[in-house]
Amino acid sequence: MSLDTVAKAQTNPDAPQPFAELGLKPDEYARIKEILGRRPTSSELAMYSVMWSEHCSYKSSKVHLKQFGEKAVKTDALLVGIGENAGVVDVGQGYAVTFKIESHNHPSFIEPYQGAATGVGGIVRDILTMGARPIAVMDPLRFGPADAPDTRRVLPGIVAGVGGYGNCLGLPNIGGEVVFDETYLGNPLVNALCVGVMKHSDIKLAKAAGAGNLVVLYGAKTGGDGIGGVSVLASETFESKGPAKRPAVQVGDPFVEKVLIECSLEIFAEDLVVGIQDLGGAGLSCATSELASGGSGGMKVQLDKVPLRDPSLSPEEILMSESQERMCAIVEPSKIARFLEICEKWDVTVTVIGEVTDGNHLEITWNGELIVDVPPRTVAHDGPVYNRPLAQPDYIDAVAKEVINLPLPTTADEIKSTVLKLAATPNLADKSWVTDQYDRYVQGNSIQSQPDDSGMVRIDEKTHLGVAVATDANANWSYLNPYEGAKLALAEAARNIATAGAKPLAVTNCLNFGSPEDPGVMWQFAESVRGLADGCLEMGLPVTGGNVSFYNQTGAVAILPTPVIGVLGVIDDVRTRTPMSFHRAGLDLYLLGETENDLAGSEWAYMHGQRGGIAPTADLQREMRLIDLLVAGRTKKILSAAHDLSQGGLAATLTEMVLRYNTGATVHLENVGLSLLSETPGRVVVAIDPAQTAALTSEAATQKITLTKIGTTGGDSLIINDAKIPLGELRKAHTETFPKLFG
Amino acid sequence: MKIGVVTFPGTLDDRDAARAVRHAGGESVALWHNDADLHGVDAVILPGGFSYGDYLRCGAISRFSPVMEPIIKAAQGGMPLLGICNGFQVLAEAHLIPGALTRNHELHFLCRDQKLTIENVNTAWTSSFKQGEEILIPLKNGEGAYMCDDETLAMLEGEGRIIARYVGENPNGSRNLIAGITNERGNIVGLMPHPEHAIDSLTGPSADGLGFFTSVLKAMVK
Repeated sequence: MSLDTVAKAQTNPDAPQPFAELGLKPDEYARIKEILGRRPTSSELAMYSVMWSEHCSYKSSKVHLKQFGEKAVKTDALLVGIGENAGVVDVGQGYAVTFKIESHNHPSFIEPYQGAATGVGGIVRDILTMGARPIAVMDPLRFGPADAPDTRRVLPGIVAGVGGYGNCLGLPNIGGEVVFDETYLGNPLVNALCVGVMKHSDIKLAKAAGAGNLVVLYGAKTGGDGIGGVSVLASETFESKGPAKRPAVQVGDPFVEKVLIECSLEIFAEDLVVGIQDLGGAGLSCATSELASGGSGGMKVQLDKVPLRDPSLSPEEILMSESQERMCAIVEPSKIARFLEICEKWDVTVTVIGEVTDGNHLEITWNGELIVDVPPRTVAHDGPVYNRPLAQPDYIDAVAKEVINLPLPTTADEIKSTVLKLAATPNLADKSWVTDQYDRYVQGNSIQSQPDDSGMVRIDEKTHLGVAVATDANANWSYLNPYEGAKLALAEAARNIATAGAKPLAVTNCLNFGSPEDPGVMWQFAESVRGLADGCLEMGLPVTGGNVSFYNQTGAVAILPTPVIGVLGVIDDVRTRTPMSFHRAGLDLYLLGETENDLAGSEWAYMHGQRGGIAPTADLQREMRLIDLLVAGRTKKILSAAHDLSQGGLAATLTEMVLRYNTGATVHLENVGLSLLSETPGRVVVAIDPAQTAALTSEAATQKITLTKIGTTGGDSLIINDAKIPLGELRKAHTETFPKLFG
Repeated sequence: MKIGVVTFPGTLDDRDAARAVRHAGGESVALWHNDADLHGVDAVILPGGFSYGDYLRCGAISRFSPVMEPIIKAAQGGMPLLGICNGFQVLAEAHLIPGALTRNHELHFLCRDQKLTIENVNTAWTSSFKQGEEILIPLKNGEGAYMCDDETLAMLEGEGRIIARYVGENPNGSRNLIAGITNERGNIVGLMPHPEHAIDSLTGPSADGLGFFTSVLKAMVK
């Protein structure tokens, strides 16, 4: 194929181009021609097509996501907001923390190990790009039914991929979720979160400022992997008909990334870069256009200088390649020698591929011929914006009318069998089979990890300052009411931070939905965003960034609306955190919050095939008072333990608490069935020394939180009214599910 | 007392090992794989990680790093040398200790809190423990199954060179539940679990791991 150049594009303006095959609509193609005043070259077409894809341009979600900015709370804590690679939050003592969550759903269905591995790799580079040392990862995962044959293919591969990549990077995995539901069969969700820490002065931005500065590509060589992955792979549903568009999933090399991290941190420490961007989705197309439009406005790149793993790649393919473990830096000429020296120390391939220019042209040449000449902003930021039609789906009213009718235990035998069933059901069973494949100790700062309510890492060894992160989504509630569902997920994640006594500070999100071309799905999405934005405003928490994953559907079946919400919290002294459970007998157990009849969307309802009813309403004022109570409970040394109630209600919470340190409990419950199984939000079980009774009562009264004594700790059983469940029997039920299913 | 901690490309637990040395009261010195100079250290730790991505075989490439030459020479002369996890694999590849580490029998990476018994307190790295003492430290690896031929196993058992054994169910398929071994002289120890992740109960399951680092400081005073 002959080289298509800007000169040729001017001479044959009407040459047919495969814009549709690249995922561009006729009007989008027309707009490109209008911007350029001519037809695009094939390289320009490649760049626009990947950058204007749903994945890169957020064209369907943009109009809704702007609420996160419009409804944002005024806060000094946010150092860098939405729009950069990841938001940055001030956590005090001169430290800044950056965190973000991203999806890698579609590639993980096709090739579970590599899909999940490169998902971790991508989010870690986003965090590194901000100038931060990555310090922890978390991975909320969702799968089809646990006993489905395809889940047995997908789950072990994804878990091994998350572990294989993260472990090799030396990043502790401090939590996540594993949830099963029919709608995720064929659409597993792999969301990966990374947290990084830096000093305020070390924050780096994606901008190519200063004409004459050098554009430097470093890291792995460029190969043919993931070409078109972003536009094609991430935006097509898995239909049985139609042409197969499943190009190679990117293949990760965590060793190269580990070296790249250390090399980059050494470069940052010597302040050798003006701007930096990682190469992720859309590869060089994204990095060059985003860097240029974030800085002086222009850039000249000699594409033939890019080091290749496969020398047969065409310029279009090089521009689109999503080869992993690559970074693009803007470096002043006076600092390039030292930059190259550090790369050499770490054996990292490094090449100067261009320079920053004034003006408004991103010019890319191939062996001296001009193949791209575009205003970079039009590629990076001026993509199409769709106000897609949305309509409340019919099922919403139908499910609201459904009456939940569930068997509730009353006798001792029924209580025991119910608790054991819940302990063993895949959604609530012990996840050690998964988490034992992840290194939670590396770096030596892990304070909490699974199965704790949140992950917690120390960021200063002298002052004991730490951060906590939790991710949550309750898709069952989001299905019934996406607006409330998003608020409830936010409340749960914040509560999971607060049970340890940390103070929630900022929010990230990964919004997983079906096809935006379905008005019903689009309505679910719009309602979820509205709920999350309203919730964050009410709780005073800034949204620092996020990610949208559409097209998670097979044929007409979309996944449950699954907005995964991540909350970051800060704790001034990790040594004083409140543990999730108790080590000793003789403590009193209290329930904070009231229990209503909230069986709709509960795990017990799901286990009985009932998906209807009315979701609970989030009471965020009460949640905030509960958070204040939990934080005060730590700082005033009132609480010996605190554990959130969520899926599986009190039954699941008590199971997790007694098994954590192998210390039993005796509880007395009125209306025992509902007390154990209802999932009313805003509840926490706490354990206190009896000497703290007055202090707890006083704090609860101050915060207007209902306090109910439910029992005491001790013994080698969980005793609920007349039902006695030996811990050994409970542990067996809780722990044998995953090994039985997955070997 | 200066203890060197080696960083190969892909080493992960170097900072943790250095922290453990400091907690024990020693001075840690960073050693770089490409620098064949020990900078006057009195002992060396080869920490855990995935040096060179574990490509070819775990430890097979690192074993040829420039820094290994003076380390091997010094260790053969009696300098205390501890290889943890990937470091144990490097020691085996360098033939400083017998045997090899192979894939865990269940074929998964495994991270868990592991009970060990200390079975030889006469090495440079274990003298702070009591004979038969049970300790709890993290185990985390994908290739931690200790393998050797019957003759070597009989020799290790006969000479008391097994310094630590797993308690309870075999976590990775190691022969005779071997978690760590030493050389004839007792100055070189290879250990699969991670004592550097158990130096306080805040960040680890216990502080039991500190004993390995206080041991070597005592050994160097002697």
